[in-house]
Amino acid sequence: MTETATLEPPAARTLPLDVESTRNDFPIFRNRSVENPFTYLDNAATSQTPRQVVDAVEAYYTQYNANVHRSIYAAGEEATEAYESARERVGSFIGAGDSHAVVFTRGTTEAINLVAYAWGRLNLREGDEILLTEMEHHSNLVPWQLTAQQAGASLRFIVEACFSEKTRIVSVIHQSNVFGTINNVHKITSLAKSVGAVTLIDAAQSVPHLHTDVSALDCDFLAFSGHKMLGPTGVGMLCGRTELLDQMEPFLAGGEMIRTVSLDSSTWNDVPWKFEAGTPNIAQAIGLGAAVDYLSHLGMETIHRHEAAVTEYALEKLEEMPEVTIYGSAPERGGVVAFNVDGVHPHDLSQLLDRDGIAVRAGHHCAQPIMDKLNVSATARASFYLYNDFDDVDRLTESIASSLEFMS
Amino acid sequence: MDDLRELYQEVILDHNQNPQNFGRLEAATHSGDGYNPLCGDRLSLTLDVRGDSVNDIRFSGSGCAISKASASIMTTVVKGKTVVETESLFDAFHKLVTTGDAGDGELGKLAVMAGVHKYPVRVKCATLAWHTLKNCLSGKNEVAKTE
Ligand SMILES: Cc1ncc(COP(=O)(O)O)c(C=O)c1O
Repeated sequence: MTETATLEPPAARTLPLDVESTRNDFPIFRNRSVENPFTYLDNAATSQTPRQVVDAVEAYYTQYNANVHRSIYAAGEEATEAYESARERVGSFIGAGDSHAVVFTRGTTEAINLVAYAWGRLNLREGDEILLTEMEHHSNLVPWQLTAQQAGASLRFIVEACFSEKTRIVSVIHQSNVFGTINNVHKITSLAKSVGAVTLIDAAQSVPHLHTDVSALDCDFLAFSGHKMLGPTGVGMLCGRTELLDQMEPFLAGGEMIRTVSLDSSTWNDVPWKFEAGTPNIAQAIGLGAAVDYLSHLGMETIHRHEAAVTEYALEKLEEMPEVTIYGSAPERGGVVAFNVDGVHPHDLSQLLDRDGIAVRAGHHCAQPIMDKLNVSATARASFYLYNDFDDVDRLTESIASSLEFMS
Repeated sequence: MDDLRELYQEVILDHNQNPQNFGRLEAATHSGDGYNPLCGDRLSLTLDVRGDSVNDIRFSGSGCAISKASASIMTTVVKGKTVVETESLFDAFHKLVTTGDAGDGELGKLAVMAGVHKYPVRVKCATLAWHTLKNCLSGKNEVAKTE
């Protein structure tokens, strides 16, 4: 593309997805109007929910509401079938193969805690090292701090330390929820392998936006959340190598995860059920199944190209504003843009943008260490998804301009 | 954006751009820090208390317009007040920003912060400086937190 081509007005460019028809699938957008707009740019926090997902959740509650794996009647069997079919579809969405097991969790946070606790208790000893990056979300940092303390292990960060024979696990964020940086996790998993370390990928920000294949990434564990990928809240997944999950003791204990129980001891159910104690979030899991069907139907490659085009346009437009500072400039990046506006604190900015129906995030984005390192206490953050378009970016920059005026 | 003018009054924008008593006192008798863990706002107060009166006060830190203006206005108001008077102002101010009730005039120019009560998430921005002041004066050495 030539220089002038990149400055063409958005109307002259086309987006891979038909945003108008996509938005029609989302009740929250259909319920808005020109007078009462909703420009949702906080997708890194949570995504909106299409009708297809709401319908799947509703069908469970209105047609076959029953507990799974224990009810010997038609509704119970239907619920079990729907729940297990959702597991199957979500698993194949991320390329889980025969050597993988997929465990439903409450989300990324629970999935990481599961590994930090159950894998950590089995494998970490005094002097061992846990390798992370400095840009981890708190949910891939704090669980390891607790585990390290208990085991006498220590935390290392990829910037300062390297892979060594002391490294027992490498747990890294795939796509940064602050800067959009896409880390080369494949390189990290192969380095980890060369020293015999186990790997976990925090894929909370990547599975919703990038075609993901756990087999190709060659990681041992992968964690993500349903609510960031058009699914309901309260459900997510841990995909792990069956061999490792088999060795681990349970994380939570109770019903569902046992095979036999006597007053003194118990034996465990097979993986993945061994890690699903108690009644799971059945409706939510079924909803997540519908979400991956929806995403697969649009195609992850198409979604990625769509977001890349919107993000590129947003970066261009924001860079044109002299008052705006953008944080992060990784060449490989996703649809997340952290920025600040001179003279307008991000909280004030977010409050002012809200007047125009624009939702952005303001704060430290659960990544305080990296913010401290950059010496910023807070930033604004716009993050895009498949229903955003060039007009949303124009509304954002226009509203930033009027916020600047308002505050001066 | 008209209803937002009620929150962001001219006086608040002025204090945000030209904060009063900004900096640190070299010879402080009391000092303390405030921190809002949710949004990362930080604030430091230094005070010179003589007898039972606030003789001088400075604030520094980073935060949104509401927290900065609130701190700035607070410093201008409590200067010269007794410790007991600032405690009663704290209560009146807290009531103002949570209910909009400006009381019987005791609040004076603090009343410009009344608009905050319509924005519950901003209450902690407006009260950070006040919680920090309360901790300072009661000799508590902990970081004041609003959440
Ligand atoms: C990179 C990253 N990891 C983990 C999480 C935690 O996800 P959840 O809150 O759904 O458990 C998030 C969500 O904010 C995230 O962005």
